[in-house]
Amino acid sequence: MLTIIDHSSAKMAPEKRVFSDSHLISLIQLGLPLTERPYLEIARKLGVSEHQVITRISNMIETGLIKRLGIIVRHHELGYRANAMIVWNIPDDSVHKVADLMKEYPFVTLCYRRPRRLPDWPYNLFCMIHGRDREGVISLLEDMIAVNNWQDYPYDVLFSKRRFKQRGASVRKVRVVF
Amino acid sequence: MNITDKQIINYLQSGFPVCEHPFAVISEKLGLTESELISRIQLLLDKGILSRFGPMFNVEKIGGMYSLVAMQVPVADMERVTAIINQHPQVAHNYERDHKFNIWFVVALEAGKKLSTLLETIEDQTGYLTYNMPKLDEYYVGLKFNA
Repeated sequence: MLTIIDHSSAKMAPEKRVFSDSHLISLIQLGLPLTERPYLEIARKLGVSEHQVITRISNMIETGLIKRLGIIVRHHELGYRANAMIVWNIPDDSVHKVADLMKEYPFVTLCYRRPRRLPDWPYNLFCMIHGRDREGVISLLEDMIAVNNWQDYPYDVLFSKRRFKQRGASVRKVRVVF
Repeated sequence: MNITDKQIINYLQSGFPVCEHPFAVISEKLGLTESELISRIQLLLDKGILSRFGPMFNVEKIGGMYSLVAMQVPVADMERVTAIINQHPQVAHNYERDHKFNIWFVVALEAGKKLSTLLETIEDQTGYLTYNMPKLDEYYVGLKFNA
């Protein structure tokens, strides 16, 4: 059987097709295909070229719509059994300076500034430390405080006891994992 | 999990290439074949060591928003209150923590939906106050976990 392929139209036609961000997002939200050419597989589903998909995903990373492409590790399964949220009351004029030092520690996995909710809640800086056990987390924390002379900043440590729910949330019917 | 799996995890946490043969870029650096790398990632997902392989979106840029909410609930009432909170599909994570403020959950909302409406509903249903603590600044941390 003789098949004639018109290479020019096969190559050109998909490039002209437009596809929306949300269509692409809906295809990749649960994960990238585990095949040698994942972007080609996505492109076939969209009816566009691999190059278009690569360009669009690169743009999404550049503009920050995609924060990161890679893996999400289940820290508990990796042996990080202690998950502590450490909350600090840092004077407003020092909070950025302190946070910039804090975020550099390899064991600090999140660092956010949040509003105080006075009088019940005086803390304005939150960081997360994951460790193998509670003692390990406390000793990392105490070293960090001593090295930086943060003894005067009030803080509290909130270890997790139970996880009731952990999943991505639906936003515009897009499952998003953060 | 062997040394190669640990290398794969540490490598992929810092990112995944966007090009025609992304797996080949990484497998070459790790001294694996493309198909070996792919099957090992599949195995780590199957074992539950990885929960996902793909993009992490910025919720705000997709048009939604999210926030962290805390509550103080008597231990005897925990089950009832968490059951109510978890019923709401906007609740993404919910942790019990060892503190006077013992319930901490993250909500993610679609564009245009009001957080205050959801929190008022939860307060009415549970009978306890909610403390909304949205992120004001995020300080970028690097690599997450060492396998």
